[in-house]
Amino acid sequence: MAELIERESGPFAYVIGLEVHAQIVSSSKLFSGASAAFGAAANTQVSAVDAGMPGMLPVINMACIEQAVRTGLALGGTINRRSVFERKNYFYPDLPQGYQISQYQQPIVTGGHLVIELEDGASRPIGIERLHVEQDAGKSLHDRDPVHSLVDLNRSGIGLMEIVSLPELASPDEAVRYVRTLRSILRYAGTCDGNMQEGSLRVDANVSMRRPGDKLGTRCEIKNLNSMKFLQRAIEFEGHRQATILDEGGTVRQETRLFDVNANETRSMRSKEDAEDYRYFPDPDLLPLDLDEAWIAGIAASMPELPDSRKQRFMSDHGLSSYDAGVLVAERDNADFFEEVARGRDSKVAANWVMTEFFGRLNKDGIGVADSPVSADALGGLIDLVVDDTISGRIAKDVFAEMFVTGRDAAAIVEERGLRQVTDTTRIEALVDGVLAAHPERVDEYRAGKTKLLGFFMGEVMKASRGRANPQAVNRTLRLRLGQEGGTR
Amino acid sequence: MTALTDLTIAGARDLLAAGHVSAADLARAHLAAMERHRDLNAFITETPERALQLADASDRRRRAGDAGRLEGIPVAIKDLFCTKDVPTTAASRILDGFTPFYESTVTAAMLRQGAVMLGKTNLDEFAMGSSNLTSWYGPAINPWRAPGDGKTRVPGGSSGGSASAVAARMAMAATGTDTGGSIRQPAAFTGTVGLKPTYGRCSRLGIVAFASSLDQAGPLTRTVRDAAIMLGAMAGHDPLDSTSADVPLDDLEDALEAGVEGMTIGVPEEYRVEGMPAVIDDLWQRGIAWLEDAGATVREVSLPHTRFALPAYYIIAPAEASSNLARYDGVRFGLRCEGDDLVSMYERTRAEGFGAEVKRRILIGTYVLSEGYFDAYYLKAQKVRTRIADDFREAWTSVDALLTPTTPSAAFAADSPPDDPVSMYLNDVFTVPASLAGLPGISVPAGLDGDGLPLGLQVIARPFDEARLLRVARTIEEAAGFDTAPRGLT
Amino acid sequence: MKFDKDTVARVARLARIATGDAERKQLAGELSAIIEWIDTLGEVDTDDVEPMTGVGAMTPTWRPDEVTDGGIADDITANAPACAEGCFVVPKIVE
Repeated sequence: MAELIERESGPFAYVIGLEVHAQIVSSSKLFSGASAAFGAAANTQVSAVDAGMPGMLPVINMACIEQAVRTGLALGGTINRRSVFERKNYFYPDLPQGYQISQYQQPIVTGGHLVIELEDGASRPIGIERLHVEQDAGKSLHDRDPVHSLVDLNRSGIGLMEIVSLPELASPDEAVRYVRTLRSILRYAGTCDGNMQEGSLRVDANVSMRRPGDKLGTRCEIKNLNSMKFLQRAIEFEGHRQATILDEGGTVRQETRLFDVNANETRSMRSKEDAEDYRYFPDPDLLPLDLDEAWIAGIAASMPELPDSRKQRFMSDHGLSSYDAGVLVAERDNADFFEEVARGRDSKVAANWVMTEFFGRLNKDGIGVADSPVSADALGGLIDLVVDDTISGRIAKDVFAEMFVTGRDAAAIVEERGLRQVTDTTRIEALVDGVLAAHPERVDEYRAGKTKLLGFFMGEVMKASRGRANPQAVNRTLRLRLGQEGGTR
Repeated sequence: MTALTDLTIAGARDLLAAGHVSAADLARAHLAAMERHRDLNAFITETPERALQLADASDRRRRAGDAGRLEGIPVAIKDLFCTKDVPTTAASRILDGFTPFYESTVTAAMLRQGAVMLGKTNLDEFAMGSSNLTSWYGPAINPWRAPGDGKTRVPGGSSGGSASAVAARMAMAATGTDTGGSIRQPAAFTGTVGLKPTYGRCSRLGIVAFASSLDQAGPLTRTVRDAAIMLGAMAGHDPLDSTSADVPLDDLEDALEAGVEGMTIGVPEEYRVEGMPAVIDDLWQRGIAWLEDAGATVREVSLPHTRFALPAYYIIAPAEASSNLARYDGVRFGLRCEGDDLVSMYERTRAEGFGAEVKRRILIGTYVLSEGYFDAYYLKAQKVRTRIADDFREAWTSVDALLTPTTPSAAFAADSPPDDPVSMYLNDVFTVPASLAGLPGISVPAGLDGDGLPLGLQVIARPFDEARLLRVARTIEEAAGFDTAPRGLT
Repeated sequence: MKFDKDTVARVARLARIATGDAERKQLAGELSAIIEWIDTLGEVDTDDVEPMTGVGAMTPTWRPDEVTDGGIADDITANAPACAEGCFVVPKIVE
């Protein structure tokens, strides 16, 4: 939702546009046969091409193009039949060729949008200007030596998609929601793993402030935000910084800024002080990229289900609320897990278990579905025991906790620990009678009208059964016994 | 028997096959010639030990009945081709100490075919020049001298070292690269045959890039037949070069003697430039007569945008070069001059590593691509280039090949080169248009000027029609009866 | 003069080539002469002409998504003027 920053002179509104750099899921690099995997020893995943050695030439990895097309389709963009790789020329030690091969005038995808869900449950489409393919730069390490930087080229040449939004985001919160939604779509499409810690998803934020309704103000670009938290904080800081300048009658200087995580502030980037002139021109080492209509159609036909349509399906087929469906589909792994648990079972019960117990425990342990010791099948087995009254819901929570630690299945735990629910009428009557006999004065109070005491008796009986008595049966028996003697007044 | 160094590839091939000479014999004879003519400064790096090893291995292969197309042939490699474990300089200080760990596709193919590499030849720095005067390793020298003045002549450029080595019989053949005339012009200046194939014929992978949309490798030899043999070994589709063409190459040697009977040869009127020396025009007329005598029809054609080719070239080539040469930054290879900070390290390294001509072109190229000038210069030049290519396309509707002079003059004296950059650039006036259109061209030695220096005629053909190109060239060669031995070389 | 000393300085800075004052002056003269000569292109009518993007009959080549290269860190850094911890070493970068 739009957020305003109040100042003496009046309110200022955010205008935010994001450029997301998403690393393409592929085995090898965009223009060379070196591995695109993360985390190898320095310069071990570098070919002569990636190191910009004399005489080396790029050759397009078609799988990367396919991923870009898939992403473009997922975002509802237009796939351009012809796109052109150009050279963006600038000097930097982690840019071995002295230019980045990117797309400029003719990107592979134009247009598109994604829908973000707002805090109040409403949703809003955010326009996407373009998606283009480019190569990543290497990595500079600044902290190893006081007077030198070290350059590792493993990342050099890995395929990236730069996805540029229109400046339609109106708050730091919306910016975060946009990136979350985009990340979810990318992961569903299988085109980017979205891992921000490993740098698979990096965000540049263009931020400007204006009076609500006024024309756009001068923007600043904050580079390389690599977590949702930093994205939010950087935009907040920048918004307040600009609002203060404007409030005092100053002007914002258009510049590139860096978010200093420790100081929690943005500052001007010294390396970008010179106005850049990138001298783009079509890369003469590569031909224009011409895509075949049938080839594009083939990709379109093989698109996986995306979060939006899955959410609709969860609501219509599984009868879930918009909120629950939204939570479940956000991550493809989670939604897959839910669907497996729900297969042949009551969807709402399944959703409840997956969302509260299961996700709760994953969050507590800080792990994802993929690393869960409890499989969808195992969780389903536990739910089955609750549904057929073998165990109570309360006992089931204990069983789940043990499953999570030991990885064993529910039935085995229930048998071994003798947790089967007591439903036998004679045994429940005996338990109830024992409790009533132990508390004659409470029984009198109850019969005198203090019916709230039913809960107390329930608790005592459950305690006496070590939680295993079927609560409905206990409730029924209690009411019966307490009612018999006192009758009605 | 003729000296081993006078042999052509075709001649040596027969002697090798018959067992009359060995690859080792040929290598030793040429290595001796290299030593004898070291004053020509044709080589930047000599690799005699490697040559002898390669020759021995070649002789063993031949004995095992496994001989390639260039088996045992001693060749020189322009020092723009990356050669594994052999220093590669591009005649620039900025590549000081650089030794590639990879081999260019073209040289790898030649080695596979049995070629014996003698060394790396001199060139204009980064192949930018028409004189070989811009080499960091000093100029290569033309083995031809004018009997009158005895002055040292330039071998042309940029493949000047290769041309000098082949003309002086230090190598049986050599590789060159041609961006705007860098094979054909030095061939004309040294009385050798220089063939620039269709753009895309030879892989550019592993060749130090000058201007990517124009660079093309090709051979320098002493006969047209040898050029055909060399091209057969150098050409081929390379999946690692996106601009490499997957077009089959006919057996060029077979086609060679088919003559020009029934062909139509065009003479572009716009090549009759103002102030063209009479001796060049005379040679051109002789060439026309030879082809007519051999049964060709010769007719005038018009290539109306010819005079715009050079200015367009001097936008496109420097623009691409300014970007291609950005990788020489002192970080991963070559020269580094330390500075107070990163930017001064870059600026000092590149100021000291590049020579004056290379800097001029980088600056021009940077300028024409910079904000506000891109449309007026680079985009305009690429449009003019389309016009030039269209001119040729139009010509091919009525002719099979074009005949022109290769250069507007013979080799100039090394001590009095054209005194400003633009006059120097005019050397390429006849070779650049075909380069812009990506067409195959060949220079064939056809006569001498008044000073006794060699002159060449250029044939240009349709894309990928090297077969017809060579037929015309062979016809001229035969009619001209040019003696390729440099006068005055001892 | 099309290419004055300031232009030389700006372009040389973009190209990361150090130039002295005298050199800039000389370059201004040389480069202006070249640019004036190049300006004759203005005479060509290029309305409705597409810029040339490729030469000849080229077949697009695509690379399969396979790891076929890398694992040659020693080769990659063998020619480096300065190297440490398997990385290239440069003067400190200030961001």
